[in-house]
Amino acid sequence: MTEFVYFYRGYEQPASPDEMQKKTAKWMTWLKDLSDKGHVKSLGEPLQPFGKVVKGAKKQVIDGPYAEAKDVVGGYSIIVAKDIEQAVAFSLGCPIFEDGGSVEVRPIAPLELGDGN
Amino acid sequence: MEIEEHFFRHESGRIVAALTRLFGVGNLALAEDVTQDAFCRAMETWKLRGLPKNPSAWLMTVAKNRALDILRRKHTARAAEPELTRFLESEWTLVPTVEEAFSARAVKDSQLRMMFSCCHPRISEEAQIALILHILCGFNVMEIAQAFMSSHAAIEQRITRAKKILAESTTLFDLDDTEFPSRLSAVLQALYLLFNEGYHGSSPEAAVRMELCQEAILLINLLIEQPVLVTPRSYALAALMYLNAARLPARLDGSDNLVSFFEQDRSLWDHNLIAEGQALLDLSASGTELTRYHIEAAIAAMHTSAARSEDTDWKQIVSLYDMLMAIHPSPVIALNRAIAIAQLDGPEQGLREIGVIHDLHRLSSYPFYPAALGELEFRRGNYPVAKAHFSSALALARSTMERNFLQRRIDTCKKS
Repeated sequence: MTEFVYFYRGYEQPASPDEMQKKTAKWMTWLKDLSDKGHVKSLGEPLQPFGKVVKGAKKQVIDGPYAEAKDVVGGYSIIVAKDIEQAVAFSLGCPIFEDGGSVEVRPIAPLELGDGN
Repeated sequence: MEIEEHFFRHESGRIVAALTRLFGVGNLALAEDVTQDAFCRAMETWKLRGLPKNPSAWLMTVAKNRALDILRRKHTARAAEPELTRFLESEWTLVPTVEEAFSARAVKDSQLRMMFSCCHPRISEEAQIALILHILCGFNVMEIAQAFMSSHAAIEQRITRAKKILAESTTLFDLDDTEFPSRLSAVLQALYLLFNEGYHGSSPEAAVRMELCQEAILLINLLIEQPVLVTPRSYALAALMYLNAARLPARLDGSDNLVSFFEQDRSLWDHNLIAEGQALLDLSASGTELTRYHIEAAIAAMHTSAARSEDTDWKQIVSLYDMLMAIHPSPVIALNRAIAIAQLDGPEQGLREIGVIHDLHRLSSYPFYPAALGELEFRRGNYPVAKAHFSSALALARSTMERNFLQRRIDTCKKS
């Protein structure tokens, strides 16, 4: 079993309280289902869509991230899967796709010198 | 754990009302932004983390903290109630004042005052309803446009204009104002229209219509819960809504087909609502004022108190319609009266009554006018004429449900 991070990208604000509620419920159902099957290591954290970016030798601080709304990381979760194919398969039920968002599936590099993945 | 349906929508109306009291009506847009923000945070957090123990308190806390932040930084012009402004200017009293504004009682009070503010005499009736749905019930423009089969642009313009008028007042309508009685009339009228839009409305979606009826009931409940404000006509309107809403579950069959009133399965009627409606009707019977709400509620009660369709006291219903025509004549009411007369004295008499309706031309696009003619001709055995009337009605029908219903009547005429 390997751990993977899902980076949720795309920050679409639904247009009304009713839609927000429906969207929230969909996410909760999807994650609960994965969780019940023992595939969630950590539900992760939501991120605010704004922040600062510090960069370069001059450690310049700028408002950021300067990305299109669809590329902003809105949150992450850590899940457990047999391999990347399975991790991708688990992500397919994520409601983010309805809003044109994406899930980036990244294996967490193992610490021990094993075969990794 | 599940949250109840439309929880976000209803909380939104509560939070906007509470914030508007703190910020002043001129800052409605700010109150709406803060509310929207609280919901975005809730959504982003809850979707990963699941629901907090008390979702309502969670949202209120986010909104409260943001309000404190804004008030400390003096971002708002004075919240025009001098009393409140004084408390908001001192750090000693700021926090308790904001806390108090979010207490259950204060929130209800703010919702009521917002409802009265929305019914400003300079705001058109249509816009009042749109505004109430938008601010107090948390519907967005698109959802309201769908409910009223109107364009997004038209509703948006209606709401924008109305908000401008609203923003000219500094504070929410004061319930002690001398204008209270006339404003109450406007509020009752708006809630009545809102309920009717749900009950007889044009939206093809049954779910939307049920929602409008439910919203109207929630709002009238706010009004009758307040012993100080309640009047017999408020009880009468509440009774009318309860008694009519009780029949909603029987209006559609399992496949979403409209069921004619005479064929409804009365075991599907909501008997709790009927009992509550009846109790409200009893409460409305005081004072000297007889309003259309009283009479319409009494008619609804005549229907709900009949165990079977054939037990209906049509004689009593006709005399109630006579009273209604005397105080509030309209072609639609006259049409309903004619149908009641047909039940009492036969279809020929009903048709004669329809023939003499004053302002009959105003019913020219109302599908239930030719449908009523078709129904009465059918009962006379005049099937080809009935079929022609049902076909005219079909051309005017506003939703798939209405169209299917009328198509079935046409098919029956062909077979008869």
